Amino acid sequence: MHEGKVLAYKRINRDLLSGLFENQLRYWAIVMFLGLVVLVAVVAAGFMVNRGVGVTGLNRPVFWGFFITNFVFWIGISHAGVMLSAILRLSKAEWRRPATRAAEVLTIFSLMTAVLMPFIHTGRPWRLMYWVFPYDFQRGIWPDIRSPLVWDPSAVNTYLISSILFVFIALIPDLAVIRDRSSGIRRIAYSVLSLGWRGTPRQWKLQAIAGILLSALILPVFVSVHSIVSWDFGMAVSVSSWHSTIFAPYFVIGAVHSGVSGVVTVMILMRWLFRWEEYVRKEHIDALARLLIVIAIAWFYFFAMEFIFGIYGQEGDELATRTLQIFGEPWGWWFLTFIITAFFFPVPLWLFRNVRRSFLLMTITTISVNIGMWLERFLIIVPGLARKQIFTQSWHTYAPSPIEIAIVVGTFALVLMLFLLFAKVFPLIPIFDIKEGQVLKDEIKIGRRKVPAVIREE
Amino acid sequence: MTTQSVLALYTNADYAAEAGEALDNAGFAKEDYDFLTDTPYPEGAFGERHSSHRLYVFPFVGALIGLTTAILLTAGTQISYPLVTGGKPILSIPPMAIITYEGTMLGAILFTIIGIIFESRLPSAKKRIYDDRITEGYIGVVVDCEEDQVNTVEQILTQAGAHEVRREEA
Repeated sequence: MHEGKVLAYKRINRDLLSGLFENQLRYWAIVMFLGLVVLVAVVAAGFMVNRGVGVTGLNRPVFWGFFITNFVFWIGISHAGVMLSAILRLSKAEWRRPATRAAEVLTIFSLMTAVLMPFIHTGRPWRLMYWVFPYDFQRGIWPDIRSPLVWDPSAVNTYLISSILFVFIALIPDLAVIRDRSSGIRRIAYSVLSLGWRGTPRQWKLQAIAGILLSALILPVFVSVHSIVSWDFGMAVSVSSWHSTIFAPYFVIGAVHSGVSGVVTVMILMRWLFRWEEYVRKEHIDALARLLIVIAIAWFYFFAMEFIFGIYGQEGDELATRTLQIFGEPWGWWFLTFIITAFFFPVPLWLFRNVRRSFLLMTITTISVNIGMWLERFLIIVPGLARKQIFTQSWHTYAPSPIEIAIVVGTFALVLMLFLLFAKVFPLIPIFDIKEGQVLKDEIKIGRRKVPAVIREE
Repeated sequence: MTTQSVLALYTNADYAAEAGEALDNAGFAKEDYDFLTDTPYPEGAFGERHSSHRLYVFPFVGALIGLTTAILLTAGTQISYPLVTGGKPILSIPPMAIITYEGTMLGAILFTIIGIIFESRLPSAKKRIYDDRITEGYIGVVVDCEEDQVNTVEQILTQAGAHEVRREEA
């Protein structure tokens, strides 16, 4: 884990702030392209608001389709971020250094995007105001304030606020670095943002404690958020295939699986885009791939258990839904694609060192995981709803309309675009963390070999 | 007599630590000088003073405030809108527990953030002696002293191997 060359501080500043101080044509070309895709999604959402949700494929009994699938997916992606950063900080893993900020930022933007989805899903987003504050009985709206759907905003907002503040606190020393390299209005802005940071031993000590303390506080929130998202389904009385008691941990581990894969994908993208070959190295991707093997196997275990628990009781509804999921048209093909892309394609490949150390293959395999994990959420939600239920009295299948597809594709572009725009204003790799790695790095001689070593404070 | 701040820049952590030791030997209190770096060094690397803090109190206070607020919010909402659902009690514990948990955690995290900023003595609007090169790897030693001590301080810092020494009115 110590294959990087010792880099001078000036060079570290220059390299890691290149996104801020240099204008690359390919960076802006990518941002413009993503912006265009987002624009198409905005137009599609506008069209839907104007014409009503009739333009989507949603209809009785499938009222949750692409939008809610996408909501669960982005909540999942957001989980890896802070989870990865928190666990690596708490365990003082050396290879965390280039990964933490990207993971945390991915968390924020994917959470923001996830929050957008239920708003879009309502079809008339502004009407949500009638429901939210105050509960308006005068209009004959009697929302159930004890509904599990009320838990979601409280959990997601707690996680979003915590993640933003976590990123901000860890950014303060880096903001001071930018302040010192800027002039004019930019300097004033970064001076304000860095809060007058000077880098005294006391400030560094508190910064180190903050990283650990906040990680420890955010981890339980992270676990609660996806558990609560799973209860959106698990607590619904009417849908027979959503009653598995294992849903909460199954959703959490699924979120980690897709999220850590997402972090690997964006780290490789960052490396290519900003030419950070010295910072995001093969050893980092290798370590993340090893972690992914463990996570993927844990996820597969929960997936298998959820499935077995479902069919073990031999209940008619449950068996019928499972049959629909696996053998029904077109769900069966999607199911096959899901299980191959989420597990059987990437995981065996990750067992090979050459694959773990190949940026191209890791990009392909991690994107594959997320294709699979998106389909997993879709296959939980839609086939379960498509069956006739006690409160719906009808059978119907679901096919997404082009409007829904455009909006969902737009969310992927939105997260990537926000991520890249963030890199234009703030460093995506924590500069002080990389420098700390240089300070603590050493080589010791054992016998006739010199081996890399790291000094670690207790 | 005005108080002066002297800043010395070092290229090496050993020199900065030696400067601190020399200041100790010259009779300066540890509160009179500080070190400025652009990366965290192991605690005590410069022989700096041990600084105590009360950061660990903040999450507990925050959690308590968050817990109280969440209980009041959830109970208050349910009592204000007494909609009986499925013959269940108006004050239903499971939904309250979830939102109370989130409220507690949010309170703890918000107060931790406040604690970190407060204990780090931030935000600091006061203009203090500083050099942009500190974020390029130079280690700064800042000494606050009386005007008549400035020459002595500058001499000590230079002898310890300072790359540059300058002064400003504190």
